[in-house]
Amino acid sequence: MGEYLLQMKHISKAFPGVQALDDVSLLVRPGTIHSLMGENGAGKSTLMKCLFGIYDKDSGEIILEGKPVKFASPKQAMENGVSMVHQELNQVHTRSVMENIWLGRFPKGITGVNHKKMYDDTRAIFNGLSISIDPGAVIGSLSVSQRQMVEIARAVSHHSKIIVFDEPTSSLTEDEVEHLFRIIFGLRDKGCGIIYISHRMSEILKISDDVTVMRDGRHVDTTPAAELSTDMIITRMVGRELTNVYPPKDNVPGEEILRVEGLSALYQNLRDVSFTLRRGEILGLAGLVGAGRTELLENLFGLATVKSGKIIKDGCVIRSRNSRQAKKNGFALLTEERRQTGIFGVLSIRENATIANLKSYKRYRLYISNKMMIKDTDWAIRALKIKTPGQSTRIRSLSGGNQQKVILSRWLLTEPDILLLDEPTRGIDVGAKYEIYQLMIDLAKRAKAVIMVSSELPELLGVSDRIIVMSGGRIAGEVEAGKTTQEEIMAMAAKYV
Amino acid sequence: MNKGNFFSRLSGGMSKRFDGYRALDARSKRIWWGDFFVRNAIYIIIVLLVIYVQVYSMSGSFNNTFLSFKSIIDIVKRAGSSLFLALGVGGIIVLTGTDLSAGRIMGLTACLAASLLQNPVEEYASKMFPDLATPPIILILLLVMAFGGAVGALNGFCVAKFKLHPFIVTLATQLMLYGAVLMYVQLGTNGGGPISGLTEEYKNAVKGTVNVGGTAIPYYVFYAVLAAALMWFIWNRTTLGKNMYAVGANPEAANVSGVSVMTTTILVFMMAGILYGFSGFIEAARVGSNGPTTGVNAELDAIAACVIGGVSFTGGTGKISGIVTGVILLEIISVALQWLGVSSDLQYIIKGLIILVAVALDMRKYLAKK
Repeated sequence: MGEYLLQMKHISKAFPGVQALDDVSLLVRPGTIHSLMGENGAGKSTLMKCLFGIYDKDSGEIILEGKPVKFASPKQAMENGVSMVHQELNQVHTRSVMENIWLGRFPKGITGVNHKKMYDDTRAIFNGLSISIDPGAVIGSLSVSQRQMVEIARAVSHHSKIIVFDEPTSSLTEDEVEHLFRIIFGLRDKGCGIIYISHRMSEILKISDDVTVMRDGRHVDTTPAAELSTDMIITRMVGRELTNVYPPKDNVPGEEILRVEGLSALYQNLRDVSFTLRRGEILGLAGLVGAGRTELLENLFGLATVKSGKIIKDGCVIRSRNSRQAKKNGFALLTEERRQTGIFGVLSIRENATIANLKSYKRYRLYISNKMMIKDTDWAIRALKIKTPGQSTRIRSLSGGNQQKVILSRWLLTEPDILLLDEPTRGIDVGAKYEIYQLMIDLAKRAKAVIMVSSELPELLGVSDRIIVMSGGRIAGEVEAGKTTQEEIMAMAAKYV
Repeated sequence: MNKGNFFSRLSGGMSKRFDGYRALDARSKRIWWGDFFVRNAIYIIIVLLVIYVQVYSMSGSFNNTFLSFKSIIDIVKRAGSSLFLALGVGGIIVLTGTDLSAGRIMGLTACLAASLLQNPVEEYASKMFPDLATPPIILILLLVMAFGGAVGALNGFCVAKFKLHPFIVTLATQLMLYGAVLMYVQLGTNGGGPISGLTEEYKNAVKGTVNVGGTAIPYYVFYAVLAAALMWFIWNRTTLGKNMYAVGANPEAANVSGVSVMTTTILVFMMAGILYGFSGFIEAARVGSNGPTTGVNAELDAIAACVIGGVSFTGGTGKISGIVTGVILLEIISVALQWLGVSSDLQYIIKGLIILVAVALDMRKYLAKK
């Protein structure tokens, strides 16, 4: 069997016009966590798709436990002990936990599916992983973290030797992450090989044994995690010294633009929120998932029903009952779920960039001027450095970072005074992150105000002027970004949980 | 989804594409041709069918061949009469919806228009409302368009406000409309019979002809062209059109971006209803004799034309040029099958197959290539 559990050797894969993978090797030892890192588009997912038979590799070989293998589909891979826990969970929402785990191989009895056996088997797996979820619960009623656990249980039910985790922590709270890591460590200690894909440097360094870095479809190097630092990984990922992860903060907060007094939501958990915001200021919103950060933005932007409280902008009380009024009041909202509530996948970059600003392209109150739309989209592509073949390209063919820039440009075109950004850098690569930070600071310098929700504390500390910490739908505290620590913020975030 | 613009594809895109093509290696060229056939399979099938019928008609003892001026005009006339419904339902499909009530709205408005524009009782004894003086045609046209628009708006309101699937909503309204038309034709002196004996002015406004190069082309073909042009303008150059695509592509993102999903949905359904109403006005005069069966199942042909023309059920994509192409293709198929003397029963089967093939090929384009 040799030293390695899984060996992917010299894998190459070309798409028309693009060499997506060029002689990439990945060697996974049993009982270790092997992290795979790289910017978006570096080829991580293509490599995994070659492993699972979603793509046919052009050359190279895959050796599992000493035997060459070639899977025709993810199902076949799973049956042979290679599983993946996806970033976007592919589950049947309306069916139960156990049915999702045993889908396609239900235990059969004389009278059809043997539900009791299915239930007991699921229980046994859950106990082994110390997961407490009712096997009969409907998937759709579970939290993201619980659904992820179910996915892991499914991999375990296949006796998987190799389990791939694709960005598993991107939507988990700190506690949930800890729980996930405990489960992953348990699997590791049983001798599984874990392939771990994530953008979060700190957790990679914390949990990995080996780290493989990829760039532009090529293998950069594989190093034991103990010998690495965040800076070293970043340098390898971007292929150049990235001296600063955050751009210099040279914006100066000015006079007050927004004052929120005692804001409570009618249907959501948001109680008695008060804060102020100044022009030229970047205000960070910290807190755990479910702390009410997204809800606060939705209430400010008219997407949720306000129960009580006052929103005062430039000295006038305003009320936004829907997104159109919010837009008129000078607000812009970049939502958290880019694919769900951000992009129009099948529409072009031009349509995506201009949709919130159509009114200003009207001529004679009758028709829309194509020329002006093209001009504005041109500006967006240049100003935000959007990498695209052209304006008519469908947005869904762009990378996550570029999609995010298009949506940002959509809002910049409306010339808002206050930008509400919900996890603006989630799932995008280091280079694009830097550009988005820079953009936020530039906006602040032009006397706009920015509210940024983020689950990444270093980002909040690096970009914000002030940070409001939310907990359990309330404000738990306020700190100056320059004079606080991650520990202080985390302590506040747990205040009302 | 690019299938829509048939003509620009033939001319515009080609030269640019040719440079790219020459840069490909042999394997990629084979893939390119494979893709080409998949992308254009429906057109290739139609062209083969046309050639076959042409050869067949030249060898037989017909007065003229299939590709004659006469049959082309025939196709254009048929396409002209069925375009309105397709233009209406196309917008609803872009919103990921569908409309089962289109044919019934057209049927009811046809009966409305016909019954109000019958010859006076001296000339036509079985006038439905004998005491009614014949109103101006334009008034009746506006009336049926308003009626269609109102029903459409009701459909749209139910879809947008109660978040019901358009399939359910329009299934319900088409039932109610059928009941309404059955009751309506029993009003007055009609007693459920066909409504005919239309005034000359009315028939002339629809079926009157313009002489183009020695051929008489009825007015309604020009109305259809105007309707297509107007709809092109609305879809491409107005806020409503842009919003329609956005709502179809991702309603949640549209809402966040400040698009009123409700208003857009209602307006698109209303626009469709107005077109159905207009179509009923045309159909009544074109057919001459109308009853509860007028327009039955017409929506299915309209939906089929949209789908063949590349308006995707997944929403957010589709073009007017595609719809026009789809309508014309469907009519070419019908006329060609008639030439071949295929029985009307068998024609249904063949049409069904063509729709299946068209949609399957359309879907193939989006499947991930391994």
